[in-house]
Amino acid sequence: MATTTAARPAPAPRRPTYVNRRQVRRNTLLGWTFILPNFAGFALLTLVPVVATFGLAFTRWNAFGTPEFTGLTNLQRLVGDENFRVALGNTVYYTVGHVPLTMAASLGLALALNRKIRGLAFFRTAAFFPYITSIVAVAVVWNMLYNPTRGPINQLLTTIGISDPPGWTSDPTWAMPAVILTGVWKDMGYYMILFLAGLQTIPPELYEAAKTDGANAWQRFRNVTLPCLRPTTFFVLIMLTIGSFKVFDLIVVMTNGGPGRSTLVLSQLIYREGIVNGQFGYSSAVALALFVLVLVITLLQYARNQRLEK
Amino acid sequence: MTTVVGPRTGTTAPVPAGTPAPDRRRAHAVRPWAKPLSYVLLTALSALLLVPFAWMVSSSLKTNDQVFTVPVQWVPRELHWENFVDIWTRVPMLTYLRNTTFLATVITVLQLFTGSFAAYGFSKIRFPGRDGLFLAYIATIAVPWQAYMIPQYILMQKAGLVNTFTALILLQAFSAFGVFLMRQYYMSVPDELVEAARIDGLSEFGIYRRIMLPLSVPALASLGLLTFVNTWNDFMGPFIYLTSNDLWTVQLGLRQFVGQFDAEYAMIMTGSVLSVLPILVVFLLGQRYFIQGIATSGLKG
Repeated sequence: MATTTAARPAPAPRRPTYVNRRQVRRNTLLGWTFILPNFAGFALLTLVPVVATFGLAFTRWNAFGTPEFTGLTNLQRLVGDENFRVALGNTVYYTVGHVPLTMAASLGLALALNRKIRGLAFFRTAAFFPYITSIVAVAVVWNMLYNPTRGPINQLLTTIGISDPPGWTSDPTWAMPAVILTGVWKDMGYYMILFLAGLQTIPPELYEAAKTDGANAWQRFRNVTLPCLRPTTFFVLIMLTIGSFKVFDLIVVMTNGGPGRSTLVLSQLIYREGIVNGQFGYSSAVALALFVLVLVITLLQYARNQRLEK
Repeated sequence: MTTVVGPRTGTTAPVPAGTPAPDRRRAHAVRPWAKPLSYVLLTALSALLLVPFAWMVSSSLKTNDQVFTVPVQWVPRELHWENFVDIWTRVPMLTYLRNTTFLATVITVLQLFTGSFAAYGFSKIRFPGRDGLFLAYIATIAVPWQAYMIPQYILMQKAGLVNTFTALILLQAFSAFGVFLMRQYYMSVPDELVEAARIDGLSEFGIYRRIMLPLSVPALASLGLLTFVNTWNDFMGPFIYLTSNDLWTVQLGLRQFVGQFDAEYAMIMTGSVLSVLPILVVFLLGQRYFIQGIATSGLKG
């Protein structure tokens, strides 16, 4: 299984190198020499902040002054904070919309492109390019496409007979679907590549055997493709979920949380409370909540995957 | 899954030369329309996916009042190339481009160096605690950045680095992802090769520089391209850390322009085209490495 072991390097067979103590010391020194340039920066700017978030979440600390331990006060405040509840709801909304749609779209694209045809590179580029287009350009273009009165999307909808098309990003009900749709368009090329790589690991003999047994295309998909793709699907699911929970820049540039609070998400709340309002303690509590949420969901998905494997 | 990460060639399983593909041939005989149909569908799908880019380019060549017309004019009646001249004087585009190029280049070079260096330590030198340390690296990839951006910000503030390029360079040059990607590749290089070099008296640094680096050019290209594009497109980092206009990147400048002149649709699209163009060029030049890099990061254990 590729993805579950990814995090755990295979146990190295003990070699005679370990026997000699001096050798061990020498290797340790050498190993650290190689790791250190990266580790110094990584430890200071990632490890320490990750640990610090946990501590800060239990303090009151404004931009001026010193942190003051307040126990669970921040967490109590979280529960009563309406902004937090709205942001949590919206984040879940975004995730529930974004994950299945992106998965279906990227798997569909991968299946469509997993064959030998002329011009494959062009089709693949067309699907992949949105992923490496800057979020600002994406947001700006889509906002124009979504223009309620004169944008091409609503013009198309009117043409096909929908007399009262949605207001998209200017309508509280439709803003989130609009953002989700843009998110799917932008991300699916990336996951398509992962699925394509996964599809290529499926031995062609399996398809041959299934065909010989008289399985039709749908049966082959259900009984060969999907089971063989499970490691990839699992990895994509985890990555997509984490990515959806931390959605930030797409929202900031497209709607900035609006209209009203209809697209306000958790990472935006962290940014507002922490960097704009200087409430380091409270924003760390929001961050902690986000982290725990992501962790729990990832673990649940992991447990489910383990069960399915058996 | 074994860790065969070496450069992937071709996209489909090799078919022995000269072997006819009876199944496929039969399928074609039965359904002669299958192939043309899939072309038509794929072309339609690609066209749909590319609509936003078509809108971007077409609007960038219009005047503001021509952008939103009923019905939509996909090919402008007259091309207003002057947008691409005017934008340089309307906004300090040159400064933005220079800043972005500087940041993306420095970060990419540092990332390549520290990432490949650390990956060598993690893959080819055995010492106690190594795998635990690597696990800590991997674990942080899964932690959302937003969860620790506040302590990072405080740290930078205390160091007086807010509103400097240094802050962004420090934040992005040591990513765990780079180490992960390079290690994946190095694991595919046989240990015997390294062992043989050791016996021949090459130092560890010598092995890294004279054997591993030359062997890992494709992986370096993947990591380099991915890092460059990510930094070029990064919005959050500059958004949080850079406040003075003369330090801004293309993305920030574009965003600011949108906020300030929200009715200048054509000029906004001109700016968007200019911000996407370098990435398009970089992507088309190194497409193979992009795809490989992403596939590697996702699949191989």
